[in-house]
Amino acid sequence: MNFNATLIGQMITFVIFVWFCMKYIWPPLMTALEERTARINEGLAAAQQGIKDLDEAQIKVSESLKDAKQQAQEIINQAQKRANEIVDEAKDIAHDEVDKIKDAASSDIDQQILSAREQLRKEVSGIALAGVAQILKREVDAETHSTVLDELVAQI
Amino acid sequence: MAYENSSEYIKHHLTHLVYGQHADGTWGFAHGVDEINEMGFWSINVDSMIFSIGLGVFFLWLFRRAAVRATTDTPTGLQNFIEMIIEFIDGSVRSSYSGKDPLIAPLALTIFVWVFLMNFMDLIAVDLVPWIAGLLGVGYLKIVPTTDLNITFGLSLTVFVLVLYYSIKFKGPGGFFAELAFHPFPKFMMPINLILEGVTLIAKPVSLALRLFGNLYAGEMIFILIALMYSGGWALGIFGGFLQLGWAIFHILIIILQAFIFMTLTIVYLDMASQTDH
Repeated sequence: MNFNATLIGQMITFVIFVWFCMKYIWPPLMTALEERTARINEGLAAAQQGIKDLDEAQIKVSESLKDAKQQAQEIINQAQKRANEIVDEAKDIAHDEVDKIKDAASSDIDQQILSAREQLRKEVSGIALAGVAQILKREVDAETHSTVLDELVAQI
Repeated sequence: MAYENSSEYIKHHLTHLVYGQHADGTWGFAHGVDEINEMGFWSINVDSMIFSIGLGVFFLWLFRRAAVRATTDTPTGLQNFIEMIIEFIDGSVRSSYSGKDPLIAPLALTIFVWVFLMNFMDLIAVDLVPWIAGLLGVGYLKIVPTTDLNITFGLSLTVFVLVLYYSIKFKGPGGFFAELAFHPFPKFMMPINLILEGVTLIAKPVSLALRLFGNLYAGEMIFILIALMYSGGWALGIFGGFLQLGWAIFHILIIILQAFIFMTLTIVYLDMASQTDH
């Protein structure tokens, strides 16, 4: 075992190899690895964000669903109330109408009663007069007793 | 290739394919240990260099392909595996190196993967590749570059140069000298401090290189010794087969561990060099 020029050859080779490695192998590989690390980190962060967004969206959805239900309930309640009111109003109107019709009918009836009475009175007074005239004949003057007869008629 | 005895077999397996200047002045491959010794320093272990560079280029090609294909989409298959290694290295550097420097992480990556690949050659059957090479007319071939001291010291000395550079860059020449000279004893004992700290400093690259070399050389040696059993009859051969399997499985641990230790210690040494508050 002895030293010879192989030693120098090996040193030169070593220097060239290290230089090549430093220039053409290490930097591109390192850059690629670092970029990949960054990309993976970004991806993980994005996934995390996505999960968070989904949760938030779900919460929002359930909230708006609740709101919608509540609104629907309110609308139904209002509608019911309004319907009741309308029915009540209709009832009132109907009552009024009935009263009016009743009033009109009863006044009509009164009217007819009155006119019938009048007619009857007139007829009765006429018949009475005729009767009286026949009974009394000449002794009773129609003209002098007409006032008395009129009072009689009014009393009927 | 036939061997006269087991000693020759082992020796053959531990001899590099060396190219250099022969004693008579001509250039060529060495034929035997004696010729290698004659060639001296200005020769080169062709097998170590070819496998070292080849595996390094394979590593760079593989990772460059992954770097080009890297997107922010989901990675699949090999891409995923390579990005896993990158993240592992990045984590190690972040936990061990306190500052921020664009060189440290690529350096750690290169060391870890390259050393691992070179160690991995140890798991290929010891006789297979040398036998093929022998058929092609190549006399000697060691396919595990990290069992060559030149290779491990080539790595550790480069790291050592970086340690010196970072020390001077972050602490300044004066600060670096002060660290060596005024520590651990008071100023008047400067020579002793210098010797102590100097040894500590030198021990870093030496231990780095020798640890890797020693582990892999020992592992290779055991593989060779187990391989020797195959020539000792069928009973010993079967026993050797089980041993080989067991050692190979255990060795998978060692090759990864050694690559990891080399990388971690490099990061730690450079981190120590960049510490300004001492």
